[in-house]
Amino acid sequence: MKKLFYIFTILIFKFNFAYSLIEVDITRGNLDPLPIAISPLHVDPQSDNYQDVKVKELGDLISAVIEKNFKSTGLFNPLNKDAFVQKPDIAHLKPRFEDWSLITAQALVTGKLLMKDDKLKVEFRLWDISANKEMIALAFTTTPSNWRRVAHIISDKIYERLTGETGYFDTRIIYVSETGPKTQRVKKLAIMDQDGKNTKYLTLGNELVLTPRFNPTNQLVTYLSYFRNLPRVYLLDIETGIQEVVGNFPGMTFAPRFSPDGKKIIMSFAKDGNSDIYTMDLETRLVEKITEDSSIDTSPSFSPNGKYICFNSDRSGLQQIYTMKSDGSGVKRISFGNGIYGTPVWSPRGDLIAFTKVRAGKFYIGVMRSDGTGERLLTENFYQEAPSWSPNGRLLVFYRETKSGQDGEGFSAKLWSIDITGYNERELKTETDASDPSWSSLLSK
Amino acid sequence: MKFNKRITNLLIIFISALALSACVTAKKPTGVSMSSDVYTGTDTVKYLASGVKDRVFFATNRSTLTSASRDTLRKQSDYLRKNKDLNVVLEGHADERGTREYNLALGEKRANTAKDYMMTYGVSGKRISVISYGKEKPVNSASTPLAWSQNRRSVTVKVK
Repeated sequence: MKKLFYIFTILIFKFNFAYSLIEVDITRGNLDPLPIAISPLHVDPQSDNYQDVKVKELGDLISAVIEKNFKSTGLFNPLNKDAFVQKPDIAHLKPRFEDWSLITAQALVTGKLLMKDDKLKVEFRLWDISANKEMIALAFTTTPSNWRRVAHIISDKIYERLTGETGYFDTRIIYVSETGPKTQRVKKLAIMDQDGKNTKYLTLGNELVLTPRFNPTNQLVTYLSYFRNLPRVYLLDIETGIQEVVGNFPGMTFAPRFSPDGKKIIMSFAKDGNSDIYTMDLETRLVEKITEDSSIDTSPSFSPNGKYICFNSDRSGLQQIYTMKSDGSGVKRISFGNGIYGTPVWSPRGDLIAFTKVRAGKFYIGVMRSDGTGERLLTENFYQEAPSWSPNGRLLVFYRETKSGQDGEGFSAKLWSIDITGYNERELKTETDASDPSWSSLLSK
Repeated sequence: MKFNKRITNLLIIFISALALSACVTAKKPTGVSMSSDVYTGTDTVKYLASGVKDRVFFATNRSTLTSASRDTLRKQSDYLRKNKDLNVVLEGHADERGTREYNLALGEKRANTAKDYMMTYGVSGKRISVISYGKEKPVNSASTPLAWSQNRRSVTVKVK
């Protein structure tokens, strides 16, 4: 038996030695971020001033975006470029590993840019400094105006190689932009890149809009609009801007989300003071009633395999979280802690449910396993709610409101994100006040 | 003598305790118009007609009507029965201390509770429509228990 164990450990050791060189531990809060050197991208001399394209500038911009992405994870510590001794072109061919390890870098990113036939080609390599090895080498060709996307895609590739997890940089966040005083808020749908860039407004603010959510391919958004003062669930095509009401319900429909295959919308329909959960097939327009209870049933969210639904109900008196099969059978209450629970959202990995909890006048964002065990509260505040998962299930984005004074002064609504470890809480800067964020899936799959 | 002193000590404690509790109770009624977290004042209230208040208030997370609310709704029903060409919208609201989606449902439930009550007092359901604004349209923007109690409301609005 002892012998067997011995062999086993050797195998593990060998496996480790052969494959993983640097490891970034993302299962716990990372208090010791990995030092990474992101060398400026080398510009091929022949492309230096290619017609009107400022290639050198693009190189600097791309490496700045990559650096910012890595800094934002809290898992990496991008090193100061002033300390880099090796020239970008030489480093890209073969770094002098001793030089880089001298400045404590454990990973190095190098790259090269060139222009050919009006296209921008971006090459990059990731190097393991302690193992003196190249970890990946990839190249992307695109139009120069698309440089930002390329920077995010490269960031994802590096993140994936170093953490073993899918990345989330090449993503967007849709949210509700808010302006004006609290009693007369103007709300618009807005969309931005995950890093806060490229903000676009999708509605004009003429009517109240709430709770936008992406479909799995990120082309459609479902949301609540008070168009003509009739609160109904709508569908918006982001490219064409075409909006349509979802189903002809004789009352308020709200709290919409797509099913994981994108074919259905699940939502609440309120009639005569009772809110129940319904699905509507977008192709056949067939409506199904999923819950039948005299209490409030709302905030439904499918499990990633589509077989289960978690939702919010006050059937036990106060708001709690329940799960059921997708046909509405097998309803099970899963939240039992002190306080009330709302806005359950199933993680894209399927194992966790994120939620908002209210206890003793404080609001918490937390996660629990889908059977209700293992509740962990990640962050406490005066007011925060509506978590939405990053596509890799590592982070949550949510919104937070501040306490206002007698005349509403001091009020703000902002987007924040936090690791499911409870670490790396940070504000996502938006042009205006913001709420109801929803994270897209990876744009490039 | 010793015994006496003990009694005086006890008396002093007793009296100061009384005085303290008096302070606590004396503070409450002035200015704060809430009864078990339902707003009872008239600060934000408007009138449909003389003596007919336009709104009723609710306790946190509740949609049940208090006796004052029922009184208001009876007066509204009388008024509507006398003015047959008038239709109304009941706008249900919640305070900012709940999740947005649940608050939308709660506002709808509150307005419907008011509608149901008015219907039992002889107003046709066809004359009453309902809309919920959840926490989206507070009337008092402060983050205080008083403001929240004024925001948990169902408001009856005349339709032209």
